[in-house]
Amino acid sequence: MDPSVEPIRGLDLGVAHSKLLLRTVSDVRSNAELQHAGVADGETKKMNMCQAVNDAMRTVLATDETSVVFGEDVAFGGVFRCSVGLAEEFGRERIFNTPLTEQGIAGFGIGLAAMGHTAIAEIQFADYIFPAFDQIVNEAAKYRYRSGNEFDVGGLTIRTPCSAVGHGGHYHSQSPEAFFAHVPGLKVVMPRSAVQAKGLLLSAIRDKNPVVFFEPKILYRSAVEQVPVDDYELPLGKAEVLKPGKDVTVVGYGSQMYALENAVQMIERDMPGVSCELIDLRTILPYDIDTVMESVNKTGRLVVAHEAPRTQGFAAELAAEVQERCFLRLESPVQRVCGLFVPHPLVFERMYMPCAVRVYEAIKNSLSY
Amino acid sequence: MLRTAATNVLRQAKPARSAVFQYSYSMWSWLQKPKKEAPSGGVTATGSSASGSGAEQVARTMASAAGEETVTFEFCDKTFEGYNIEAPSQTTTLTKSDAIALYREMQMVRRLEMAADSSYKHKLIRGFCHLCTGQEAVPVGIEQALTKDDAIITAYRCHGFTYMRGAEPVGILAELMGRKGGVSQGKGGSMHMYAHNFYGGNGIVGAQVPLGAGIAFAQKYNNEKTCTVALYGDGAANQGQVFEAYNMAKLWDLPVLFVCENNKYGMGTAAGRAAANTDYYTRGQYIPGIRVNGMDVLAVRHAIAYAREYATSGKGPLVLEMKTYRYGGHSMSDPGTTYRTREEIQHMRSTSDPITGYKARILEAGIITEEEIKSIDKSAKKLIDEALAKAKAIPEPPASDLWAHVYKEGSDIPYLRGRVPEETHYYNVD
Repeated sequence: MDPSVEPIRGLDLGVAHSKLLLRTVSDVRSNAELQHAGVADGETKKMNMCQAVNDAMRTVLATDETSVVFGEDVAFGGVFRCSVGLAEEFGRERIFNTPLTEQGIAGFGIGLAAMGHTAIAEIQFADYIFPAFDQIVNEAAKYRYRSGNEFDVGGLTIRTPCSAVGHGGHYHSQSPEAFFAHVPGLKVVMPRSAVQAKGLLLSAIRDKNPVVFFEPKILYRSAVEQVPVDDYELPLGKAEVLKPGKDVTVVGYGSQMYALENAVQMIERDMPGVSCELIDLRTILPYDIDTVMESVNKTGRLVVAHEAPRTQGFAAELAAEVQERCFLRLESPVQRVCGLFVPHPLVFERMYMPCAVRVYEAIKNSLSY
Repeated sequence: MLRTAATNVLRQAKPARSAVFQYSYSMWSWLQKPKKEAPSGGVTATGSSASGSGAEQVARTMASAAGEETVTFEFCDKTFEGYNIEAPSQTTTLTKSDAIALYREMQMVRRLEMAADSSYKHKLIRGFCHLCTGQEAVPVGIEQALTKDDAIITAYRCHGFTYMRGAEPVGILAELMGRKGGVSQGKGGSMHMYAHNFYGGNGIVGAQVPLGAGIAFAQKYNNEKTCTVALYGDGAANQGQVFEAYNMAKLWDLPVLFVCENNKYGMGTAAGRAAANTDYYTRGQYIPGIRVNGMDVLAVRHAIAYAREYATSGKGPLVLEMKTYRYGGHSMSDPGTTYRTREEIQHMRSTSDPITGYKARILEAGIITEEEIKSIDKSAKKLIDEALAKAKAIPEPPASDLWAHVYKEGSDIPYLRGRVPEETHYYNVD
C-alpha cells in the first residue's frame, strides 16, 4: 500500500487501492474476457504493467521471427525498463538501439513493416512523438490506401509512454492520443493495467494495421496484477464495462480510470441510491460507440474524462457522437472533464489534472441538472 | 494558355548566349563533351550473332546472354568523383542489346512524361504532377544496374521509376488520371505509384529516405544479396531525417544506396541557396560518396553497378549524387522560369540532353543505325499513344472504393460516413 496516499473520509484513493485490478488468481479465474480468451484457468504471474509489456513483447519475439524491437535505449531495457532482458534473450540484431531520431524511427519502422515484418518501435516519451508525426500520419496511416492495397504497414506498432506522473513537466507528461485519433488508417490504444496491457499489446502488434499504443507510464510500477503467462489477446475497438450502473455513464481510458473509480465511489457514498456505470474505452480509434450508446440509452447521462486538454480533445468527439445518437434519451448535457487548455504544467499539475474531485463535481452536475 | 518552360523554350529556340551561362558553366563543366567517347575500335565484337534492332525488342532485358555482342564506352575525366572511395572505372562494357535498351527506355520515359504533360493541360490529370523530363537517365540507368529483387524508393517525381520497375505505361497514365486501372487503383495519383519492389512514390519531402534504410535492414535481415536505392532531391537532402537515415544505415552497415538527384533546384530555390554544402555526395560524412554525371545514362548505370557491388558485399551504404537537370517546372503549377533563365534551360537541352547525347554515342559506336533509332522513336511514340488512349477509356473507380483499404479488410472500423448519411458505408465486420 502506498503510504503517501491517505484515505479521505474512508476512501482509499489511487491505483494502489483500486478494485479494478485483478490482484488475485481468483480474480483472473472469474474474469469473463480472460475466460473467453482461454487463459483464465492457466498459470498466472504477479506483474506490474512494465513487466506485462515486456512479457507481451517476449511472447511476440518468441513466436514471430520477423519481429524486432527498436527505439532509443531499448537494448539496455529502455528508460522505463520495458524491454529489459529481451536483447540478451533474442539477440542484439532483433532488439536494438536507434539514435535519437524519432522521425527516422517511425519511417524506418514503416519501411520494415512494408516488407511484411513486425516492427515494434518505441518512442521514448509520447511527447517525443511529434517529430514522427509526419511519418505516422502521412506515411504509415495512408500507405495501404494510397497504394490501392499494394503495400501496407500492418506490422508496425509504435509503443510510447504517455500521461502525467506528477512531475513530468511540459515534455514528459502529455497525452497526445487525440492527434492520432483524428487519422484514418491508424488504431490508437491505451491500456489501464497489466492484464490489459499484455492482451491489448499482443492484439496491437498482430493487428494488420499500424497501431499507436500509449502506455500511461504512472501505471508501469503501480498497476500490479496477476497476469496470465499464456499468450492471449484482448479485442481492439471494444470497450469494457467495469461496473454496471443505472443513473450515469462515466467513460475514460488509461490511468484516468482510477480517478473515475474514486469519483464514482465518492458519488455513491454521498448520494445513496445512485449508481454509476463505469466504462473503460481501451481503444480510442476505432472506439466502441455501441457500448457507450447502450449505456447512455439506459442511464441518460454521460461524463467523459481524459488527461489531454479539453479543446478538440477526444471527449468532444464522444460527446458529439452521443448527442447525435442518444439525443432524446439524454437527461442532461454531456459533461467533459479534461486537462486544462494549457501546456502540461510542471508545478501546477494538480490544478491541470481532471482529478477525482473534478470528476465528482461533473457527475453531480450531470445528476442534478 | 499554360505552357511549360520546356515548350516555351522550344518555341523560342534562341541560341544560348554564352555570357548568360558563364556563371554556371564552371559548375557544369564536367558535362562538356569528351574529346572522343569511344576509342578507335571501341566496339568489340565478341559474338557473331547480331541482336535484332532495338525497336523490335519489347522485352526490357538486363541479362547479358553469353556470347552476345558487347560494346565498351569510355567516360570523360569528370564523369565520376569519389569521396573517401575510389571512383568507378573510366570504362564500361555492356551488351549491345542493353546499350540499345537504355536508349529505348529513355525515349519511353520521355514520351510518357510528354503524354502526362499534355493530359494535364487537357485537364485529364488534376492536382499535383511532377515530371522528370530531362532526368530520364537516372531511372533508366539505375534500373539496368539492379536486379528485380533490389528495391527502389523515391519521392514524388516517380513516373520514370514506376515504368522502369515494370509498370505498364497504361497503368501509370491511368493512375495519373485517377482511373481504376491505375497502378494504385486510382487512389494514389502522380505522387503515389508502386510496382514490384518499388515502394513509391512518396509525397512528403525526404520522408522516404529512412524508409529506404528500413527496407535495406529487412534485406540484410533476410540475408539477401540485394540492396535498396533510396532517392531524394537536392532539396530533400536538407531534411533532418535524411541524416538520421544516413546514421542508422552506416551504424548497421545497411545495403542502401542513398541517391541524391541534384537537378539544381529544390522547387524554386537554387541548391546553393538552400544547402551549406552542395557537394551532396560528400554529405554522408562517414559514408563514402560518388558524384555522377546524371545526364549520362551509362555513367548512372556504371556507378550504380559499382555501388551495388559495394553495398551488397556488406560494406554498408553509399551516397551517390546524380547531377541532372529538369526541363520543366517543379510541378505542373510551376512554369519553371522565374528562378532560372530560359537560356539556361535551352543550354542544358542543347548541350546535355541525356537522350540526344546518348544517341550520338551509340551511333558513333556503330551499334545502331539512324534508321533503327528512328524506328525506336516511332515505336515509343506509338506505344505511349496507345497507352494513353487505353488509359482514357478506363472508368474511374466506383464510389465504394472511397471506403476501401483504410484498414485491412475484415478489421475495418464498423462504418464510414460519406458526404450525406445515405452514403454511409458499413463494413462487414463479424
